[in-house]
Amino acid sequence: MEIRPIEIRPILASLRKHRIPALLIVLEIALACAVLCNAVFMISKRVSDIQLPNAIDEQGLVTVTLRGTDDKLVGSDIPRNLVALRGIPGVQQVGITSSLPLSHNNWGWSFGVSPDSVIANQKNINVSLYFIGEGGDKALGLHVLQGRFFNADEFADSKFDTAPLPETHVVVMTQSAARQFWPTQPALGKTIYSKPYYYTVVGVVADVLRPNVYTQNTGKSYEAVYFPMSAGGSKGAFSYYILRGAAQDRERIMREAEQKLADLNPAAVAKGKIYMDIRHDYFADMSSMAWMLVLVCVVMLAVTAFGIVGLTSFWVGQRRRQIGIRRAVGATRGHIMQYFQTENFLLTAAGVLLGMALAFGINIYLLQHYEMERMPWYYLPGGAIALWLLGQIAVFGPARRASSVPPVVATRSV
Amino acid sequence: MFGYYLDLALRSLKRNRVLTTLMVLALALGIGATITTLTVLRLLSGDPLPQKSAQLFYPQIDPNSKEGYIEGQTKPDSIMTYPDAMNLLRAQRGAHQAAMALTQAKIMPKQANARPFFGDAVMTTADFFTMFAAPFQYGGGWTAADDDNRAQLVVIASFLNDKLFGGANSVGRVIRIDDHDLRIVGVLKPWAPQPRFYAQDLGGRSYGDGDAVFLPLHTARAMKMGPQDIECYAAVPDVDHIETAPCEWLGVWVELNSAEAVTSYKAFLAGYVKQQVAMGRFQRSETSLLDLMGWLRQEQVVPDDVRLQAGLAFGFLLICVVNTVGLLLAKCLRRSQEIGVRRALGATRMEIFTQFMVEAGIVGLAGGVLGLLFAELGLLGIRHQPAQYASLAHLDLSMFLFTFVVALIASLIAGILPAWRACVLAPAPQLKAA
Repeated sequence: MEIRPIEIRPILASLRKHRIPALLIVLEIALACAVLCNAVFMISKRVSDIQLPNAIDEQGLVTVTLRGTDDKLVGSDIPRNLVALRGIPGVQQVGITSSLPLSHNNWGWSFGVSPDSVIANQKNINVSLYFIGEGGDKALGLHVLQGRFFNADEFADSKFDTAPLPETHVVVMTQSAARQFWPTQPALGKTIYSKPYYYTVVGVVADVLRPNVYTQNTGKSYEAVYFPMSAGGSKGAFSYYILRGAAQDRERIMREAEQKLADLNPAAVAKGKIYMDIRHDYFADMSSMAWMLVLVCVVMLAVTAFGIVGLTSFWVGQRRRQIGIRRAVGATRGHIMQYFQTENFLLTAAGVLLGMALAFGINIYLLQHYEMERMPWYYLPGGAIALWLLGQIAVFGPARRASSVPPVVATRSV
Repeated sequence: MFGYYLDLALRSLKRNRVLTTLMVLALALGIGATITTLTVLRLLSGDPLPQKSAQLFYPQIDPNSKEGYIEGQTKPDSIMTYPDAMNLLRAQRGAHQAAMALTQAKIMPKQANARPFFGDAVMTTADFFTMFAAPFQYGGGWTAADDDNRAQLVVIASFLNDKLFGGANSVGRVIRIDDHDLRIVGVLKPWAPQPRFYAQDLGGRSYGDGDAVFLPLHTARAMKMGPQDIECYAAVPDVDHIETAPCEWLGVWVELNSAEAVTSYKAFLAGYVKQQVAMGRFQRSETSLLDLMGWLRQEQVVPDDVRLQAGLAFGFLLICVVNTVGLLLAKCLRRSQEIGVRRALGATRMEIFTQFMVEAGIVGLAGGVLGLLFAELGLLGIRHQPAQYASLAHLDLSMFLFTFVVALIASLIAGILPAWRACVLAPAPQLKAA
């Protein structure tokens, strides 16, 4: 079979005769390309936020918050509650902490690395504070990367006096926090200050998220530090009981733990939750936005495709005679298909060129007016390829119908 | 004549059922998406207190240290220390003024075996209810003297009254909050400004049922109830006594009823800060006095995502309109011969133009009706979302009418180009071709 190069000139000539419909297709594709690139970029940003890693045992973790307890009795109540929780079948570890990653319950403070740092210093680094009781590290499933976690004495000796910072001199921080305080040096053995308090780093753990994450700066979302805390000295800071078990037991463990704590502390309010739900709730808005963007993209592409089908069908209908003549003078069905496919390819090419410029412009606008990042360059060719494919799929039906026009049409008057 | 165009349009639309359905469907999807997102946007950017918002002002001052301060650029903090809030209240420069902080109240029902539960609470001062025009079902608020005397009393929301007392008049009865007995002096009618503007920077939710209990500030503090949000700007020796600590935790609102009152309050605020600077308490002299809507704008109470969704929906509607232009054009060019015959029989260009615009208008109206259906579906979806405002998303009458305005305008804009192309066709060649 003879392969002829695809002739572009006759296509261009015929498009010039149908300037307005051609322009409309180009415009529609350009708009679709611009919206698609930005929407997909926003979707991917949200998906990556939703999947932010968190170095605790999220799957097996169950938490019960206990609020409204009597601060004077926590020294005896907390150990009693922990013993009771440990008795629940399937529970491997129990602990207590002041807050959990993604719980919205943030206690932030600023520290510096020089001994004269005070809270108001601009150079200080704001971190989230987690106060944790003995065994809490094992219940959470923290990964110690360097140094060690707190020892029994450090847990027992730490307490709150009247200040919001604990009376201890040891701290464990996340890898991100350590890198933020000392970008070029190992953190172990160094000290952070907020006059008159100072804390020496005894361990570094794998990155744990803060109670609130920063979508603009995900590195900042991991800047957290752990302080040891004794039950008796916790002054109401401890409100999250944490239990760890097998993932398949977590619902049951949660219900039993909530019941147990409510029974033991009739004056307080106990509320159980599995950790995966805390995570899910935190990102619920984000994931519904992502789904809504997906929906808009799909519907938009469908509308664009139907638009192409509609206009091309009309074109084919209008040119039945010309097609018949071409067929009569020797064009194969393949040539006719090719003609319409090439035509669509050219229109889409013009559309995506315009669309990429538009997409870039929209991104710049969003950058200035919304919390948005610069779109990586590869989204533009990506969007272009998607619309090229869409165009070819949409044009396939009408082009096939065009190719089935019999040559005899040429001899008939319309 | 219009009736005839209507008849022609309907015939023509019926002739190309697939094309017509496509046009109506595309337009309806665009309109549905636009109306859904606009309803949410309107809901979120609404005025929480339409009758009073113009008279309510939010003073801001800045007790932070000089470090990092850029004159004229650094905005003052959004909440205040206790001494500053009390100084502003005592000065009595507004028609009304109140300081407030949010907290959580543990409420113990009287019934045996009942479990305690937590409710959102406001610790505030006497003017709160009059200033915000909060309507009472039973009883009323408390007095400035009650504030000073740390009176053991409380105002409760109607939903709490329903829950604890079955909706009966509970004024004079006792409620146990945070292990203290407080006497109820007032029960509010259902009252929940959306957004809850006074909670914006105090660590509370913006939408929802509103607060359950309202306690006198000093009474609540004596009961050791702590504010939801505390911002400290210097080393804190004693976190239990936040009245004297270098920490901000109160919001202050004032009611100012005239432009002169606003001007004079601004001068008063500037004077107060100057005095504090002279005393060495303050190092920054920036102040701000925004009205309620200005404050909400500064707080960016409408989430970015919601504005993005609205923008996206408009982009989508634009695509749908372009799509409709294309399809209408295709339809009308196919009818060149019919137009030629009509022109030859004496129809003017204007008449052909009108005929095609009527056809576009019908597509628009059909798109509007279907779009309304899509919008209702969209809002149903929104109401199932986890967002705080989700349950409030409903189509109201104005949005209902607006849907048809959008639909008609969109379809008529889409119709202009095809109708113009149709009316400029020269009749002779068309007749010859036939």
